[in-house]
Amino acid sequence: MTDWPILSTVTFLPTVGALLLLTIRGDDAAARRNIYWIALWTTIITFVISLLIWKDFDNTSAGFQFVEQAGWLGGSIRYSMGVDGISMLFVILTTFLMPACIIASKFSVQKRFREYMIAFLLLETLMIGVFCATDLVLFYVFFEAGLIPMFLIIGIWGGPRRVYAAFKFFLYTLAGSVLMLLAIMAMYWQAGTTDIPTLLNHQFPASMQTWLWLAFFASFAVKMPMWPVHTWLPDAHVEAPTAGSVILAGVLLKMGGYGFLRFSLPMFPLASADFAPFIYTLSVVAIIYTSLVALMQEDMKKLIAYSSVAHMGYVTMGIFTMNPQGVEGAIFQMLSHGIVASALFLCVGVIYDRMHTREISAYGGLVNRMPFYAAVFLLFTMANVGLPGTSAFVGEFLTLLGAFRSNTWVAFFATTGVILSASYALWLYRRVMLGPLDKPALMSIFDLSRRELTILVPLVVLTIFFGVYPTPIFHVTSASVDNLITNYQAALSAAGKLAVAAK
Amino acid sequence: MELAPLPVLSPVLPELILAIGALVLLMIGVFKGERGTALVTSLSVVVVVIAGLALLFMTPDGVTFSGAFVLDPFARFMKVLSLIGAGFAILMSADYARRESFDRFEYPVLIVIATLGMMLMISASDLISLYLGLELQSLALYVVTAINRDSEKSSEAGLKYFVLGALSSGILLYGASLVYGFTGHTDFAGIAAALSGGPASVGLVFGIVFVIAGIAFKVSAVPFHMWTPDVYEGAPTPVTAFLAAAPKAAAMAMFVRVLAGAFGPAVADWQQVITFVALASMLLGAFAAIGQRNIKRLMAYSSIGHMGFALVGLAAGTQAGVQGVIVYMAIYVAMTLGVFAVILFMRRRGSAVEEISDLAGLSRTHPVIAFIFAMLMFSLAGIPPLAGFFAKFYVFLAAIEAHLYMLSIVGVLSSVVGAFYYLRLVKVMYFDEPAGAFEPMSGSLRVVLGLSGAFVILYVVFAGPLGQAAAAAAKTFF
Repeated sequence: MTDWPILSTVTFLPTVGALLLLTIRGDDAAARRNIYWIALWTTIITFVISLLIWKDFDNTSAGFQFVEQAGWLGGSIRYSMGVDGISMLFVILTTFLMPACIIASKFSVQKRFREYMIAFLLLETLMIGVFCATDLVLFYVFFEAGLIPMFLIIGIWGGPRRVYAAFKFFLYTLAGSVLMLLAIMAMYWQAGTTDIPTLLNHQFPASMQTWLWLAFFASFAVKMPMWPVHTWLPDAHVEAPTAGSVILAGVLLKMGGYGFLRFSLPMFPLASADFAPFIYTLSVVAIIYTSLVALMQEDMKKLIAYSSVAHMGYVTMGIFTMNPQGVEGAIFQMLSHGIVASALFLCVGVIYDRMHTREISAYGGLVNRMPFYAAVFLLFTMANVGLPGTSAFVGEFLTLLGAFRSNTWVAFFATTGVILSASYALWLYRRVMLGPLDKPALMSIFDLSRRELTILVPLVVLTIFFGVYPTPIFHVTSASVDNLITNYQAALSAAGKLAVAAK
Repeated sequence: MELAPLPVLSPVLPELILAIGALVLLMIGVFKGERGTALVTSLSVVVVVIAGLALLFMTPDGVTFSGAFVLDPFARFMKVLSLIGAGFAILMSADYARRESFDRFEYPVLIVIATLGMMLMISASDLISLYLGLELQSLALYVVTAINRDSEKSSEAGLKYFVLGALSSGILLYGASLVYGFTGHTDFAGIAAALSGGPASVGLVFGIVFVIAGIAFKVSAVPFHMWTPDVYEGAPTPVTAFLAAAPKAAAMAMFVRVLAGAFGPAVADWQQVITFVALASMLLGAFAAIGQRNIKRLMAYSSIGHMGFALVGLAAGTQAGVQGVIVYMAIYVAMTLGVFAVILFMRRRGSAVEEISDLAGLSRTHPVIAFIFAMLMFSLAGIPPLAGFFAKFYVFLAAIEAHLYMLSIVGVLSSVVGAFYYLRLVKVMYFDEPAGAFEPMSGSLRVVLGLSGAFVILYVVFAGPLGQAAAAAAKTFF
C-alpha cells in the first residue's frame, strides 16, 4: 500500500471526466461520439482503479482501510474516507455498473447527450462518496447530493409522467433524510465528533438511541425502500431512462441497506434489538405484499420495481437477524440484486429501444425472433426467482437461514415470497417471450446487437460465477461482519448487565 | 464655556466615507442633471468599495460616541456583507435603470445613504443610535421603493412600505421606552447589567417583546411579514434586489446584537418568542410560496422562510447559534444576489417579464444561466453540497445543541415543503418546452451571477475558513 489517495481518486475521477465533457461543444455526430468515448473511458478507468482497491484490500482486517484525512468544516468535522469489508464491494459494484449505463445510453438518449453524461458522471462521484465517507456529515453531503443529478435524469430524460416521478422521488427521499441530519447533529453534540470509526465505539444512552434509530430509519427506509414508503420507487423506475433505472436499482437502493449496516446496527444496538420485530414485520409485509402487487402489473419496469422492493425486504430482514448468516446474506443479496435487477432493467431497455413500449401485452413470442435475448432474459428471470446456481440464491438462502435461526415464523412467511417471486417472474417471461409471435409490430424485431451483448455478458458471467463460487465476496465481508456482530452482542450484554444491576 | 472633546472618529471611518461620498454624489447629480446618472452610479459603487476597503484594512476595533457606536469582529463581518450586497445591487441596477427609464441620479445616492443607515444599525450599541440608523436606512428605502413614480405598483408599494414601516418603528420606540423606563439605561451594556440582576419584570418583558416586534418587521419575519410580497413585487426589480439582500443582513445583525447583547441575560424571556417567530416564518415561507406565479412574490415568501431559518440560530441563543446566523446571512446574501441577477435578466422584446412560466425551457435557450440558476435553487432548498445546505446545517446544529428539537424537526420538514417550489423553478427551466429566448445578459449581471454561482457551488470546498471567520465574529457576544 502506498500513500496514494486511491479512494479520493476513484471518487473524484468521474467529476474530472464531467469537467472534460464541459469543454466539448456542438451537437453533431462527432461531438456525440467524443462525449460518449470520454464518458465511457472515464468510467472504465474508474472501474479499473477501483479494482486496485480490492486487490490491496486486507481481508483479515475488520477496520477501515485506505484511510484518508483532511481538514474540512473545522473542528472534528473532517474530510475522511475509508472502506471496510461492508462498504468496499459497493464501491466496486458502482464502478462496475457505470460503464454498462454509459453504453446502454449510447443510442437511447437523443437529446442533450452531453448534459446526460455529465449528470451520470457526477452521480457516480456522489455514489462512490457515500460508500467511502467515514465522516457522518461528509456521508450526508454525498448521500443527499445524489438527489440532484437523479432528479434531473428522471425529469429531463424520463418518460411521459417524468415530472411527477422526479418530484416524488426527490421529496420522499429528502423528507426522510432531513430527520437523519438532525440525528447526526444530536450525535455530534453527544459524542463530540462525527468521525464514523469513533462513533462506532461510542455508547449512546439507551433512551437517545431510540430516537436516533428512528431518525436514521426514516431516511434509510425511504431509500431502501421499505413498505409502506416504497411508492416512489415504481414511479421513478417506470419514468427513468434505462440507465437511470439501472443506477436506481443497482446502487441507490443499496444505500439504505448500507446505512442500516453502517449506522443503525453498530451505533444504536439497543434500539436495533428493540426494533427488530418491527423491521421483520415490515420486511415480511414487503416481501408478500409487493410480490402480489408485482403479479398485477402491466408494465415490465413496474413489475421489476415491485420485485426489487420485495428483494429489499429480504435484505432488511437479513440485516436485523443479527447473526453472521443473515448479515452476510443481506450484503450478498444487495450485491447480487445490484447485478440481477440492473440486468433486468437493461433487458427491458433492449426491447423498449426497439418497440418504445413497456406494456407486457404488447409483446409475446419474442423467443422466435430473439433467441439470444430470450436466453439471457431467462437467466436473469431465474436469478430473480433465486434459482440455485445463480447469485441471488446464495443471498436469499442465507438471509432466510439467518431469519430461521432468529425467528422461524418470519422465515416461514418470507419463504412464501420465493414462491410468489417465481410466479410473477415466470408469468412475465411466459407473456413476453413464449407463445406465438402474432403481433405484426414484432415480426421484424431483431436480436441482441454486439453492443447490447457487451453490456449483458459480463452480468451473465458474474451472476453465474457468484452463484457457484460466492467465496470471494465472503472473504471480504466476513471480518467486518464478525466484528460488527461481536460488538453488537457485547453492547447488548453490557446493557443487560446494567439492567440487572439496576434491579 | 468649554467644548466637549471630539469623539474618536477612527472606528467610524467607513461611515464617514459613505456620508461624505453620498453628499458629494448628490452635488454631482444636481450640477450635471440627468446626464450625470451613469457617472453617479459608477462613482457610488466606487464609494462603497472604498468604504469596504477602509473597513477591512484601515479601521481599528473600538467603541466611540460614548458607547453608542461599537466596531467589533461581528460588526465588521456583517458590515462587509452589507457593503457587498449594496455594491452589487447598485451594479446590477445600472443597465435596468437605463432601459426602464427611471435613471435618476437620486437612486444610487439613496442606496448609499441606506447603506450608511445599515452600517450604523449594525454598530449601534445604544437604543438611540440604533433607532437613528434604522430610520436613516428605512426612509431611504421607502423612497427608492417608490422611485418609479410613473408606476402605480411602485407608488403603492412605497406607500404601503412607509405606512407599515412607520408603524413598526413606533412599536420599536415604544418598546425601547419601556426598556429604558424599567432599566434606566439605553446603552446595551447597561441594559444587560440591569437584566443580569434577576428575573425581568413584566413591564420589561413587554418592552423586549415590542422591540422584537419592531425588528421582526424589518427582517420580515412572521407575523410582521405582510408588507414583503407587495413591496417586493411593486418595487422596481433592482430595488427589490437591494431590499432582499443587504438590509436583511443588517437588520438580522441588529436583531442579534439587541438580543444576544442587550437582552442576553434574559434569554429565557425572549427565546420562546423567537422560536415562535422562526417557526411561523419557516412554515409560512414554505406553504405560501407554493401558489405564487410571479417570481418576485415567490422570492418574497422565500425570503420570509429564510429569515425563519436564520432565526432558528438566534433562538438557540448560543455562540454556535450566532455563528449559524452569520453564516446563514452571508450565504443568503450571495444566493439572493444571484437569483436577482437572473430576474433582472428576464427581458423579452424590450420589456421585463416576471412570471415563473416565462422561464420555461431556459436550459435550452441559455444553458449556462439556467445551470447556475438551478444550482441557486437547489442551494436555496438546502441540498448539499451547495452553500445553502451549510447555512441550514449551522443553524440547526445550534438548535439541536440548545435542545430545541420540535423547532428543528418542524424546521427541516418545512424546508422539504420549501424544496417543492424551488424544484418547480428547476422543472420549468429544464423539463418544459422553451418559451422563447430572453435578450442577452448584460455584463454586470454576468459578473454578479457568475460570482454568486461560483460561491454557491464551491462553498463546500471553502466551508471551513468561512465557518471559522463566522465563529470568531460570534465570539463577540460570549
